[in-house]
Amino acid sequence: MSKLVLEQIEKGFDEQLILADLSFGVNDGEFVSLLGPSGSGKSTIFHLIGGLYQPDQGTIYLNGQDIVGKKGSISYMPQTPALLPWRTILDNVMLGAELAHQPDRNQAIHMLRRAGLAEYSNRYPHELSGGMKQRAAFVRSLLSPQPFICLDEPFSALDEFTRLEMQKWLLSIWEEERPSVLFVTHNIEEAIFLSDRIIVLGSKPAQVIKEFDITFNRPRTEDLTLTNEFLAIKKEIFQTLRGVLDD
Amino acid sequence: MLKKSFLPLSAIIGLLTAWETTSRLFDIPSWILPAPVAIFQEAIQSWDNYRHHLLSTISLTISGLVIGITIGIAIAIMLHLMPRVREAVYPLLIMSQNIPIIVLAPLLVIWFGFGILPKLLIIILVCFFPITVAMVDGLRQTSPELVHYMKMAGASKKQIFTKLELPHAIPQMFSGLKISATYSVMGAVISEWLGAQNGIGVYMTLASSSFRTDRVFVAIFFIMLLCMLLFAVILLLEKYLLKWRPSQEESS
Ligand SMILES: Nc1ncnc2c1ncn2[C@@H]1O[C@H](COP(=O)(O)OP(=O)(O)OP(=O)(O)O)[C@@H](O)[C@H]1O
Ligand SMILES: [Mg+2]
Repeated sequence: MSKLVLEQIEKGFDEQLILADLSFGVNDGEFVSLLGPSGSGKSTIFHLIGGLYQPDQGTIYLNGQDIVGKKGSISYMPQTPALLPWRTILDNVMLGAELAHQPDRNQAIHMLRRAGLAEYSNRYPHELSGGMKQRAAFVRSLLSPQPFICLDEPFSALDEFTRLEMQKWLLSIWEEERPSVLFVTHNIEEAIFLSDRIIVLGSKPAQVIKEFDITFNRPRTEDLTLTNEFLAIKKEIFQTLRGVLDD
Repeated sequence: MLKKSFLPLSAIIGLLTAWETTSRLFDIPSWILPAPVAIFQEAIQSWDNYRHHLLSTISLTISGLVIGITIGIAIAIMLHLMPRVREAVYPLLIMSQNIPIIVLAPLLVIWFGFGILPKLLIIILVCFFPITVAMVDGLRQTSPELVHYMKMAGASKKQIFTKLELPHAIPQMFSGLKISATYSVMGAVISEWLGAQNGIGVYMTLASSSFRTDRVFVAIFFIMLLCMLLFAVILLLEKYLLKWRPSQEESS
């Protein structure tokens, strides 16, 4: 079980308020996306959850435990793959586990196979394409001991085709394991396609503007993105976001 | 590989041929400039006379280099782990390198006599610095992105150092090592000039004072050879340890 709750978080940098009275939660096994304009403070939210910074006010609970300022409570995938160039892909994906205890090599090999990276397990990161590196980084976060996963715009550096492939792949893995996920993105379509719930953030300071429940059945296929219901939600979210930007 | 070494090899052969022909043509006295063939003959003939000099220099160089490398790495790590100390000491370290080693050498002899210690100290002094500077930079320039990931993943300070910063500094350490290796031979020869029983430096001084220029050239040849051998060993080690790096063609 892993359940995350942020309660009335406030955070500023040098007099400037970035997050004000921000509250939301992610339930066990839920896939939640944070959608907000660039610079609104989405990455800052992750850094607070990850314990890199202290909030000025408010508390963060993971499974009822206060994790403010505690590093390593969540498994994290940054915007760039951040793989260690001197480690093979296999050694890289075991890094998260290795920091906490003895990593399970067989499980790592198994997960790499499922990510389509079996032949690459003994290669070095510079030998892989951008999409493969992101997959490796995602496998690393899956293999990390922390059950709660935070993904910070994992696909934003990829081209449109690779991105769609990666989304489908991510969904297929997620639907099997059902970990709780907090996902940050700029991309409305991506958020709808993947999530159970979307939280739209306003900016300066960031607060929750609106939440959308996405109730499409799973498993989802890419045909979903062409249905009227999908487009209707997309439009609604788009208008909400435009309202945010106009303010 | 064969193609790559073809050009420099033919340049060397061309140079030697030109040297040989001019010294024969103009009948240059051998105490001014001996011809290559004469030098080669001398190198073979008096092998037994200078072999012990050579061995002594090799063992001095390698001992000094190994100690210098160890100290250089240790100082780099220490400075990295204690940023306040680094701020204080680093400029001093840079300044110390403006002192030519040749002026320090007599001082070391006054303090420590003519034994092995001052000679080792000279080599250590010229060796540790390139490694320390290169490695301090390497340790400091770790990508912030990777540090960020390690912190978020809950890595301890020690884990960040051993799993991230140290491996990251290895390529830089090798560029320092290559410089140190060449310096170490120079340091050894200089230290032998100051007073020693054995060594290529001694052999060289003796040869030049008796106008045996051919022997001076033999000494120069072996000094170059030693430099190149040390360099090659380090290159091999680098190639083996850093096989994860993209090859030259890919990265350029
Ligand atoms: N360590 C810091 N010191 C000072 N200001 C910071 C720091 N980290 C973030 N900020 C500021 O906080 C604001 C939000 O940054 P953040 O990176 O969280 O935005 P974001 O929503 O993730 O943006 P993007 O979508 O472009 O990644 C920015 O204005 C940024 O300048
Ligand atoms: Mg961000």
